[in-house]
Amino acid sequence: MHGTRILDEADRLMTVCNSCRYCEGLCAVFPAMEMRRAFSDGDLNYLANLCHGCGACYVDCQFSPPHEFDVNVPKTLAVARAESYAAYAWPQALSGAFARNGLVISIIAALSMAAFILGFAALNDRGVLFGVHTGPGAFYRLMPHNAMAALFSAAFLYAILALVMSVRAFWRDIGAPIGNRADGGSIFQAIRDAGELRYLHGGGVGCYNEDDKPTDRRKLYHHLTFSGFLLCFAATSVATLYHYLLGREAPYPWWDLPVLLGTLGGIGLIVGPVGLFTARMRRDPALLDENRYGMDVGFIAMLFLTGVTGMALLLLRETGAMGPLLALHLGAVFALFITMPYGKFVHGIYRFAALVRYAQERRTAA
Amino acid sequence: MSSKYDVLVIGGGTAALCAAIAARRGGASVLVLEGAPKFYRGGNTRHTRNMRCAHDAATEILTGPYTEDEFWEDLLRVTGGQTDEVLARHMIRESKDILNWIVEQGVRWQPSLGGTLSLGRTNSFFLGGGRAMLNALYLTAERLGVDIKYDAEVTDLVIEEGMFLAARLKRPIRGETEIRATSLVAAAGGFEANIEWLKQYWGEAADNFLIRGTPYNRGSILKMLLDKGVQEVGDPTQCHAVAIDARAPKFDGGIITRHDSVVFGIVVNKHAQRFYDEGEDIWPKRYAIWGRLVAAQPNQIAYIIFDSTVVTSFMPTLFPPIAGRTIAELAGKLELDPVALEKTIAEFNAAVQPGTFDHTVLDDCRTDGITPPKTHWARRIETPPYLAYPVRPGITFTYLGTRVNKEARMLMKGGKPSANMFAAGEIMAGNVLGKGYAAGMGMTIGSVFGRIAGREAAKHARN
Repeated sequence: MHGTRILDEADRLMTVCNSCRYCEGLCAVFPAMEMRRAFSDGDLNYLANLCHGCGACYVDCQFSPPHEFDVNVPKTLAVARAESYAAYAWPQALSGAFARNGLVISIIAALSMAAFILGFAALNDRGVLFGVHTGPGAFYRLMPHNAMAALFSAAFLYAILALVMSVRAFWRDIGAPIGNRADGGSIFQAIRDAGELRYLHGGGVGCYNEDDKPTDRRKLYHHLTFSGFLLCFAATSVATLYHYLLGREAPYPWWDLPVLLGTLGGIGLIVGPVGLFTARMRRDPALLDENRYGMDVGFIAMLFLTGVTGMALLLLRETGAMGPLLALHLGAVFALFITMPYGKFVHGIYRFAALVRYAQERRTAA
Repeated sequence: MSSKYDVLVIGGGTAALCAAIAARRGGASVLVLEGAPKFYRGGNTRHTRNMRCAHDAATEILTGPYTEDEFWEDLLRVTGGQTDEVLARHMIRESKDILNWIVEQGVRWQPSLGGTLSLGRTNSFFLGGGRAMLNALYLTAERLGVDIKYDAEVTDLVIEEGMFLAARLKRPIRGETEIRATSLVAAAGGFEANIEWLKQYWGEAADNFLIRGTPYNRGSILKMLLDKGVQEVGDPTQCHAVAIDARAPKFDGGIITRHDSVVFGIVVNKHAQRFYDEGEDIWPKRYAIWGRLVAAQPNQIAYIIFDSTVVTSFMPTLFPPIAGRTIAELAGKLELDPVALEKTIAEFNAAVQPGTFDHTVLDDCRTDGITPPKTHWARRIETPPYLAYPVRPGITFTYLGTRVNKEARMLMKGGKPSANMFAAGEIMAGNVLGKGYAAGMGMTIGSVFGRIAGREAAKHARN
């Protein structure tokens, strides 16, 4: 038996599914399951993170509730997945952050934004905080660039460190043989599978949401959110290069690359999360890990907040609202960074690692 | 006043849905009455996974051609000639087009599943299995404007001189307990879940049968039709039965309760005696005989016994094998006489001849000097832990049905075709499948005759 109740249930289901196999064409989970006859904790956490939660196997299963075999793979793997985030969190002392994730994320976000507002107010006089600043270096009249860069680099590096340590523990647990390293081909395959959300597709017809009619809406909103996130990240990176390499200081004119990237990204980070949130609220509860409402919505909200405050800053940067908006935006981004290793953000990292492992297994089996 | 449809379809599986879709596409107004609740809709289709269709060339998912003649020869062999050649050849010809037609109705194919490579050339598998196919067909039917009612049990059919007039309902629909229609398509399956009916032929033994499909396959429509003058076809005493795990639920255990480990061990009855050659022929050709064999044993129970060396030779099972460190311990857990079981296994082991084991061919591993012999794949059972699966007969479907012609039109006693009654699926499978079975045949019968019945029913209604 396994360490937790949910892994016991996942084991029971994989035993049922392994004696049936009707779903093997729907996604990666079932072919990966068929490569095994017994399931360790690591195997089950691997399968749980390989699952994209499209719901097709639930709708297609002749043994799903109310059948007495009570087979609900999407929900069970969703719970197991969420529990695996806590199990692999680094440092382990912070794994409790996943327990009431929505609350934790909101508190950190609120504190972070409040800290920036108070900081700005304490360090600048009223005239500067609510003043109109334009031209290069306008933002840095409120907070010196070096301070900003140091603070955010530290937060970002911490997030990277925590994520690397977590995913390392996960990889060790799922990666047989011991010491297994990912190869280039498998990583490339995983990038393609993740990039096109190949397994968020119900085997070809789309995801199951509120009823028995599959659609690709969630996939579309996820693409918008993810590309929005990447574009915003690219905007910041380009701006950093401008600053240090070209000596050009923000804010930049609307037609300049960082602003164009940021604007497109900001739109993605507003439309995508709204779509995902709506889909989350309308989705059939049978397919969801209902106890992780806070974690799901917390991350969506953080992305949305980042997008909205960024876009507001862009629109109102030449007015007296710039100071407070900059504080809110920086607070949102800072909170997003430091909560990344302890919230829904990690789903992408673990799922990517699982896809790499799956690509490896396919190559070995072929 | 009772409402009137062009075509009334009774049933909810592949045959019913293909009929409903074909009739609707033919311009008819269609009502589907499914006796089961929504989750259990679809009869035995719920548990299917593939369909056997003739095709002249390999496709994206089929590895090679499967000609009409080859299909016919396979059918002839499994039925031992108990088939209607004209009807069967017509079905086989029509099956070619079904491969595409069913895709147009939303069903998706995939290559054969792991562990079923022997079917890769002949059978097309449903992506996601039978329930996925049903979901697609129901969605298509709804989009086309077919009315569908669940929990819609029909209690009587009003039939006058071979002419369907109306169906009476247990629960009213929109306040009405009688539905009239210009044509009827009966696609309501067989009577495998009707234990009382099975008892007419099997006696009290039927109480120990497990039913592989839902409890709703009670054959009530079949009975009404036969009682009202429709000609019957197929042996009423016969049913398709395989050996399934005795721990399976009474109904709807589906495919996952089956055991394909017979060839790797021996099978004994409750007296710990062997009773049939476990190595008679290649699995799965002889898969279906074991249900009948177990049904003929005392208390309708048997035990597949093997040792730890063969556990990975077959698919993982839903229920784990029962294990004992010694044969006596295993016998104790199975409540068999330990002395008798030890003796049976000792005699079997002593009779095993040397040979080269290969479960993919009829190998030369056999016994000598025991009755019954094990003619292939015989290896000594000697490596503990000793393992066993208890098995009982699992009833899949029945053969009794309504006689039909090439239009899927029911024939009345005396041979006169009914004016407006058609049948498709298991309820008329006995026309082409008098006995035996080959994988995917049920879905061929259902989809081909379903489509024909729907088309003809719509044609009749619109004339």
